[in-house]
Amino acid sequence: MKREKAYIIPPAERATPDLASGKYLVMWQGPQHPGITGNMSLKLVVEGDSVVDCETHVGYLHRGFEKLMESRLWMQNFPLVCRIAVPEPDFNEYCYAAALEELAGVEVPARSVWLRTMTLEMIRLASFLMWIGGQAGAFGHGTIAQWSVTMRDYVLDLFEELSGGRIYHMYIIPGGVRADVPKDFFKHLLDTLTIIEKNLDDIELVMFHNVVFKMRAEGLGYIPKEWVDTYGITGPNARATGIPRDLRKDLGYLAYPQLDFEPITCTKSDAFGRAELRLAEMYQSINLIRQMVDKMPSGAIREKLPNPLYWKIPAGETYVSAECTRGEYGFYVVSDGSDKPRRVVVRGPSYTHAVSVMERLVRGVNIADVAGLMVSLHTYPPEVER
Amino acid sequence: MNELATELTRRYGARDWRDQRKDLSSVVVDALRIRDVLAWLKDSGGYRHLSFASAVDNIERNAFTLVYTLRNHDLGHSLMVHCDIDRSNPTVDSIHLLWGQAWTYQREMKEWFGIDFPGSPRVDEEFVLEGWQGPPMMRRDFDSRKYSDETYAERPGRVTSDPATHMKSKMYPEAVP
Amino acid sequence: MFVKKVKPAPLANEGLIPQERDLFCDAAPQEYAPANKVVEDFWNWARAQSLWILGFGTGCGAIELRPLMTSRFDMYRYGIQPRPTPRQSSVFVIGGYASVKTLKRIVRSYEQMMGPKFVVALGSCTINGGMYWDSYNTIKRIDQYIPVDVYIAGCMPRPEALLAGFQELKKIIRAGRAEGQNVYAKNFEWYKENQKKVIKDWNMPDYNW
Repeated sequence: MKREKAYIIPPAERATPDLASGKYLVMWQGPQHPGITGNMSLKLVVEGDSVVDCETHVGYLHRGFEKLMESRLWMQNFPLVCRIAVPEPDFNEYCYAAALEELAGVEVPARSVWLRTMTLEMIRLASFLMWIGGQAGAFGHGTIAQWSVTMRDYVLDLFEELSGGRIYHMYIIPGGVRADVPKDFFKHLLDTLTIIEKNLDDIELVMFHNVVFKMRAEGLGYIPKEWVDTYGITGPNARATGIPRDLRKDLGYLAYPQLDFEPITCTKSDAFGRAELRLAEMYQSINLIRQMVDKMPSGAIREKLPNPLYWKIPAGETYVSAECTRGEYGFYVVSDGSDKPRRVVVRGPSYTHAVSVMERLVRGVNIADVAGLMVSLHTYPPEVER
Repeated sequence: MNELATELTRRYGARDWRDQRKDLSSVVVDALRIRDVLAWLKDSGGYRHLSFASAVDNIERNAFTLVYTLRNHDLGHSLMVHCDIDRSNPTVDSIHLLWGQAWTYQREMKEWFGIDFPGSPRVDEEFVLEGWQGPPMMRRDFDSRKYSDETYAERPGRVTSDPATHMKSKMYPEAVP
Repeated sequence: MFVKKVKPAPLANEGLIPQERDLFCDAAPQEYAPANKVVEDFWNWARAQSLWILGFGTGCGAIELRPLMTSRFDMYRYGIQPRPTPRQSSVFVIGGYASVKTLKRIVRSYEQMMGPKFVVALGSCTINGGMYWDSYNTIKRIDQYIPVDVYIAGCMPRPEALLAGFQELKKIIRAGRAEGQNVYAKNFEWYKENQKKVIKDWNMPDYNW
């Protein structure tokens, strides 16, 4: 094992402005603000128009999930678990279901594995579409939000056809998936993908060749390669620095080993590069869904489980992670042999991006660009404070 | 992975190596050596990515079990490092100089469990709760439902659909108050 | 609108440090009597046609406000648009559960809004706590803390349900029954006592005007 140089960045080093000197202003980009992703706040110390220091305040959405999950049965946690990360609830369902299956020793049938993968890729697409509307809107470009949220609505219509719910699907459950695809679902899916792909071409033309977007997004929030391991940055933020790290390829979970794709990297690690990377990942998701529709096997969709009111899972612990839109999403589940969980820890990617990385990157940025920077890191508060 | 297990046992007295999956293992070390173990795994073992750090309340044996999950991307292997600390006086070495996000996890553990990390930056600041005057709320002796019933006014008219209660009221009507 | 003649006593503002007390208002809110019927009907019609909502995504429900702004559901044709500041908005959409930290900001934003103001509560978490009924950090009834005009049930309500809720709100406003501001002023002590019981670190004025 070769010796690696320890690269230590002291975290949370604070610039210490002299607040009494009258040169600095303390302002809150608070929870009631159109330029915040979700409901969190930043306490900024600004000098003129540029930010000198920042503190992230989270906790506005803290519902105590981990405590609530300890007093409910294993199956009763399902409606709770999807509401932890609101724009992409299926990753929560998958990680929780996979952790339970691993602890209980349950094997899922092949068709449900492929249906799960297809659901995860569809929700990735929907989440990226919502993100790109937010990124353009943060720089004042409102048309993109109108287009992309409409496209996302078409994907949510497909989810409604598949599972009955627009936002919270509760489709992936331990043992498999809840129901098989309805008649003509794949035809609707492929038609919708064609429409979305055409719209993505339009978005690329209107957004990425726009001189205002380029001027504001280039050079904003540059993440060097060394920060990826020191700060635990994962997902598109890490891939934009040039490291081809994708959990779908590294872990090979669900049906991904049988699909043909490569992790996308980028040479520019600023907001513009990350936006280009995510656009390319949207095309990649569409491609993956089309591959899956061709290769989908037939068969059963759910494994029979014992009575959920009395299901006891043997003692043990496990950590299941998946590559969600923002990075590494993980569930650490500890069971002590009873019918309720002992401890569930939800590891959200925004935990590092929104608190540690954001506080480092926002120094020197204009007040107007702080919103754009936050959206380009694709942070989402509910998974920080669950 | 066996050579990593023997190396950890030889250097730090690690025990109970267990392979949960092909790409996930867990090991237990003493709380006194936890910082050395994590630093060695990060610098020489290739486990450079910290996925998360948290704690489990084992109230039955009067201990908190801390868990640090590291990942080695070159080998594609994750390792959960556990250590036990005393529940009545929970304090453990801080690892904020090893990873840039560790201080956030330590701040959360201080607020949620009461585990102290001396030296960690901003560890006494509130993280997700504001004006909280109760005990650390993730401890198992804190009853969330009792606290919620006492503090927050409820709308009357909620009926329970718990099957056990329903069956009891059907079969033994005179016993239900 | 004519102001009633009774002037309430000044507020204590104990949450503020003494040096700051004279920077903030210390008058409790007052009730406003309606004008004569014809004028009031006209004003109610105008208020119902122009509902500007406050841009504060307090919880889960805020994610279904985005599709409303696109052309598929299109709330702009109903006169509803989001505004970034409470001073310019008249409807506060409480999107779902409210944790104690958010409740403090909800109270502050609600009190800063100009009257007449209306509150629409989305989701079942505002009605009876929803699925977080045994959580130590979420409240169970939002109408203990601010007056609510319309509840929209669901988890979460669809955009069509939101539009139906807004239609209901318009009917209530046209009928002259949306008196949230007056209800708040009349029962100010009761609301304030409920809020202070739950929000333990009250470091703002008693009435955030």
